[in-house]
Amino acid sequence: MPVLEAFRLALLTIRAQKLKSGFSLIGVFIGVASLIGAWSIVNGVNRYMTVKFAQTLYGVNTFQLRRRPMFAANVPDSVWRAWRRRPRIKFGDAEAVTAAISGPVVTAWASDENVSVFYGNKEARDIQLTAASERYFDIKNLRIATGRAFTAQENRSGVPVAVLGEAVAKRLFSDRNPLNHSVRIGGIGYRVIGVVEHQGSLLDFPLDRFVVVPAQSPAQSLVNPPGVLDALLVKAPSEEAMRDAIQEAEGVMRGRRHLRPTQDDNFVLETSEGVQRFWAGINRILMVVLPGVVIVSLVIGGVVIMNIMLMSVTERTREIGLRKSLGARRRDVLRQFLAESAAIASVGAGFGILAGVGLTVLINAVSPLPAKLSPASVVLGVLMGTGVGVVAGVYPASRAARLDPIAALRQE
Amino acid sequence: MTLPAPQPFRTGDAPLPEIIILTHKLTREYDMGGEVVRALQGVSLQIKHNEYVAVMGPSGSGKSTLMNLIGCLDTPTSGEYWLNSQQVSELDDDALARIRNKEIGFVFQTFNLLPRATALHNVELPLIYAGLGARERRDRAAQALERVGLGDRMAHRPNELSGGQRQRVAIARALVNRPSILLADEPTGNLDSTTSGEIMGVFRTLHGEGQTIVMVTHEHDIAAHAARVVTLRDGVIATDQRRAA
Repeated sequence: MPVLEAFRLALLTIRAQKLKSGFSLIGVFIGVASLIGAWSIVNGVNRYMTVKFAQTLYGVNTFQLRRRPMFAANVPDSVWRAWRRRPRIKFGDAEAVTAAISGPVVTAWASDENVSVFYGNKEARDIQLTAASERYFDIKNLRIATGRAFTAQENRSGVPVAVLGEAVAKRLFSDRNPLNHSVRIGGIGYRVIGVVEHQGSLLDFPLDRFVVVPAQSPAQSLVNPPGVLDALLVKAPSEEAMRDAIQEAEGVMRGRRHLRPTQDDNFVLETSEGVQRFWAGINRILMVVLPGVVIVSLVIGGVVIMNIMLMSVTERTREIGLRKSLGARRRDVLRQFLAESAAIASVGAGFGILAGVGLTVLINAVSPLPAKLSPASVVLGVLMGTGVGVVAGVYPASRAARLDPIAALRQE
Repeated sequence: MTLPAPQPFRTGDAPLPEIIILTHKLTREYDMGGEVVRALQGVSLQIKHNEYVAVMGPSGSGKSTLMNLIGCLDTPTSGEYWLNSQQVSELDDDALARIRNKEIGFVFQTFNLLPRATALHNVELPLIYAGLGARERRDRAAQALERVGLGDRMAHRPNELSGGQRQRVAIARALVNRPSILLADEPTGNLDSTTSGEIMGVFRTLHGEGQTIVMVTHEHDIAAHAARVVTLRDGVIATDQRRAA
């Protein structure tokens, strides 16, 4: 009996026994649905991390000179303490590094602090204040919606001007035009000269709650001790240029810190790869947990199918005897039952795929997680579902195939 | 009347071409929990093409065992069994399945139809195992059903058919692969006498068309439809009588 014929027959049998088949495919259904759903989340977050997150926080071909990494997963206390003992990045460091890089790079200073911003009697709390130099906007790809960014001259002379994130402007000014009004940060008035375009959110974390002021404005005293900055941002025109610039920066910094060749760097030159490594760490954990869940439900699904198939073989002993008397060979019977359990599992996997896709859509709709369906998970779902069916069917099918036709025909 | 002694057959001979079934000193023993049951103790039987034979005997006489051996569902402990000039007593499982498919058409007491399948699909079954394509299967199954007078019941399921109709579906299934022998095991055991007569009528027609029929029964009036009656007792042939035509 050809395989296709066996499969057709199997589908007929499933249709004839809807309820029983329904129960037997639940396990595979859940397994495949959770596989696809979970994979969609990981896949979506992954894409988000590599594309949006990394580029939003760092920018393309951009690295940052910092005292310690911005994101780090699973860092032991001892390492943290060592990081905290490291010397800070000084204005002088930033200037020396900027001067030493030979390629055509764009650099900016940046220091962050959480502050409240006031306008009249209105307050915007928990706002990220960034004291930055003028190229910060280019590097971070922040486009100005209204007004303008501050200039190099304004930065150098430390003029108290501010560029607001969209959320801050909304909070303090509602629908009015904030330009040329004065907001207070740390008790000092800053003239609003621009508002940045809407940035959206990142994993439910709003990206519009910030204020950027010149690095050498009075805000410096809010974010860092005198002469100290959090990060020097360096954007290169290409990845290769970025690598070269990192090398040059490292050389300069090691020289300034008087590090001997055997000593490690006491600063970091962090690229978006660092964030991605951080994410990869989380990803690895997910990649251990998720297959576990999926495998457990598929194993359960397999056991259920095996049970149902054993029942089915017992119930249909006479049919098997009859088929054998009509010329079915062992392999025909084997194939019939294998096809049947594979078909049950495939139907379960099919529904599981639908549910998994639905789950993906649902997650996107109701949660901040950026789920994205992965074609690989669908393929894997089909393969695993059908595979489970075949594996679970082997024992019942071989029992059916070995039945003695005389005894089978005699059975009531 | 008693038959003349059968053609002498010795081990090493091949049967004459007109002999469809030849058993030579066929024995079958079962091991029933340490006790050996000798169900057949040397049955030598020859059945020619287009014979209509009834096998009778009380229960335990070995007629079912003989039936299973002739039907290639079982293999003998010793002796030879030739079916259509082929010695099948030596064949393996798969080869036997092939023989059952091509050479033998079974008709059972309880019909043994697949309850969820239509009459047509039931009749198609042997053709599936013969490896025929869907269209040819359908055509031949439809022909076979028409031959037993069920051309208008093809799409019906067994529970929508009467007992006689079910048995006729089973006969159509038995015939669809044009077997050498039609092997019927108490074909009227589950039927009332009117319907039994109807089925015997079908058998008579088939016999008239040249079909070889072997039928196991314990009813004398059913056996009376056959041209030859073989009676078994205690695992051996007790009588072998041919009725005057």
